[in-house]
Amino acid sequence: MDLLNALVAFLNYVFVPGVAYGSQLALGALGVTLVYGILRFSNFAHGDTMAMGAMATVLMTWLFQSWGLTLGPLPTALLALPFGIAFAIGLLLFTDRAVYKFYRVKKAKPVILVIVSLGVTFIYNGVTRFIIGADDQSFFDGQRFIISARDFKAMTGLDEGLSFKTTQAITIVTAIIVVIALFWFLNKTRAGKSMRAYSDNEDLALLSGINPERVVMITWMIVATLATIAGVLYGLDKSFKPFTYFQLLLPIFASAIVGGLGNPIGAIAGGFVIAFSEVTITYAWKKILVYLMPENLEPSGLVQLLSTDYKFAVSFVILLIVLLFKPTGLFKGQSV
Amino acid sequence: MTTTLKNTLLFAGIAVLIIIVGIQQSWNSALLIISMGLISSIMALGVNLQWGFAGLFNVGIMGFVALGGLAAVLIGMPPTEGAFSAGGLGVVGALLLGAGTIIAAIQVMRRMQAGWLRSLVVILVLVAGFFLFRALLDPSVERIEEINPAQTGYLGGLGLPVLIAWPVGGLFAAAAAWLIGKTALGLRSDYLAIATLGIAEIIIAVLKNEDWLTRGVKNVIGVPRPVPFEIDLQNDPGFVERAAAFGMDPVEGSTLYVKILYILLFAAVLLILMWMAQRALHSPWGRMLRAIRDNEVAAEAMGKDVTARHLQVFILGSAICGIAGAMMTTMDGQLTPGTYQPLRFTFLIWVMVIVGGSGNNLGAVLGGFLIWFLWVQVEPMGLWLMNVITSGMAEGSALKEHLIESAAHMRLLTMGMVLLLVLRFSPRGLIPEK
Repeated sequence: MDLLNALVAFLNYVFVPGVAYGSQLALGALGVTLVYGILRFSNFAHGDTMAMGAMATVLMTWLFQSWGLTLGPLPTALLALPFGIAFAIGLLLFTDRAVYKFYRVKKAKPVILVIVSLGVTFIYNGVTRFIIGADDQSFFDGQRFIISARDFKAMTGLDEGLSFKTTQAITIVTAIIVVIALFWFLNKTRAGKSMRAYSDNEDLALLSGINPERVVMITWMIVATLATIAGVLYGLDKSFKPFTYFQLLLPIFASAIVGGLGNPIGAIAGGFVIAFSEVTITYAWKKILVYLMPENLEPSGLVQLLSTDYKFAVSFVILLIVLLFKPTGLFKGQSV
Repeated sequence: MTTTLKNTLLFAGIAVLIIIVGIQQSWNSALLIISMGLISSIMALGVNLQWGFAGLFNVGIMGFVALGGLAAVLIGMPPTEGAFSAGGLGVVGALLLGAGTIIAAIQVMRRMQAGWLRSLVVILVLVAGFFLFRALLDPSVERIEEINPAQTGYLGGLGLPVLIAWPVGGLFAAAAAWLIGKTALGLRSDYLAIATLGIAEIIIAVLKNEDWLTRGVKNVIGVPRPVPFEIDLQNDPGFVERAAAFGMDPVEGSTLYVKILYILLFAAVLLILMWMAQRALHSPWGRMLRAIRDNEVAAEAMGKDVTARHLQVFILGSAICGIAGAMMTTMDGQLTPGTYQPLRFTFLIWVMVIVGGSGNNLGAVLGGFLIWFLWVQVEPMGLWLMNVITSGMAEGSALKEHLIESAAHMRLLTMGMVLLLVLRFSPRGLIPEK
């Protein structure tokens, strides 16, 4: 019984939140890694692209809610998501035309593009705050839990409850669908193959008649889609606040680098590595250990390795370790 | 037009802008712009060393500046009574133990042969060291934070003259830069950017959460000053008399006097650093750095140690940011970890360097003054603009209120636009590199 309680507590506090957070990071890291693979620079504006896409979705959600349009138990945001994605696609294609293209044609050094993307970050950030403000915004509606802790306790008779939030379920399901769709696109379609070819060897791809501008355009469209979905899922699961998306940059980049920049499979793996490290290291294990240890050995403290305020430190340390020992990442990325 | 004439005109233009502020608003705000402009120029000088000389992209300026601020507290504040005997030794011991653990792990890495056994030993050393560290640190921290938490609850500082904190702030920043540089330099250029972004966030997190060190978000106030207090001056009959001779009341006279003293101090630091940076730029070392920046492969083929030079210049530039951070905390008289924002302390400095002219020290100083001036003045200008735009709208309409409220966010937008426009149309900046 104690063992079961410990298992349920573990699932409730570590495993389920870790999977949901990992899915969000993986989607974010996929966007970063695609930009890196095709356009060959680290896109600092990715966090704020997520914020912009999520903001458009939030505004549409509010509009639908005011019309009384809902999805019943599911959050209305899912209905608004396509509009958010369309907005983000438009935004990124416009940014590319107005900003990045100039440097691409000039074949500027990647570090210049990184600085430019930092400028774009702040413009996006300013626009987001200008339109929706800097405060927390709630846009979740529908049914809160699939299984609530109380129902679970009543069902099983255990002391520990397992709650499974709707947003967590949606996050995981959406992430799986998106990843399958992305890999199908990259491996099976002509456009996806030309993207991979361009990423592997630009000159050879150009010689084979691949139109680079078309590849870049498709990349931005996919990146906008991924960023908006990741941003909305994160916003649904936690809450929408413009500044948190800037702070998400660090774990997202850490995920992409840990997996190997430019490698999509690596980005997904990296997302889960970072998410689970963060959750396990900042979780107070006392709750679980109480069930597992004999009574006289019960821990007195919280058995928390690091306070949750240091969750960024976790991704940072993992990043440093990977840079020190395996700069190309767990899966072979392009970068040396 | 010669370069000298053009540069003189540019600086004269800024002087005119500041004088206009002095006449239109108040001389106090004009002097405040000058003193913050000086500090910003020093930060820009440090970043220019990294970016302009060596092409290194540092996105963690905020962290280095904050470390300088920490130095001001640790050096300048008086020690908390009884805190050191209560837990100080424990904390110091724990920190030494932590450092020892890492050194031990590195030694194991070096001495043992690669393989699963080595990995296992390294992990064991690190895990055991971490638990020992926490076991020693936690109770000491608890004892320190128990001492009069409303007023102190932290270790306090050494109670030394606060001016000593300025070079010490540089040393702190240099140490952090060494750690980052050692890992991220020599890899792709983007990695340094990401690593510095990370260290900045972590330094701020430490300052916010380690109450025994910095009182966290409770802020340390009353950092000692290198200049007299306004109130003392106002009570000093000699000063009141001199102020009256200038035709000023003692309150205004004392605030202006204190600000001028700060400006003289800051200007002295800026001049020294500027002289050093100019010497460095024209020395063989500076030429080597620029050669590396322009063509790493060729420089390496000539036998130059690219990574070592990068590490040097990265540490030096970060140290300058640390010095500026200590100066800023000294002038504010308080350390408020909650106010360190990447926009204000990282991005703004970047705009200064790019606008002023990367690779040119004079340009960095010009950018520091110009962008700081804009930064201070954009908000009232944005508010004015919003008022003009919304003047036709009905009073009390939701859109009008929203627009006026949002004027505060104009800064982000303006600075982002300035950066992009300069990078696109005048990438060499106002005073280009020679």
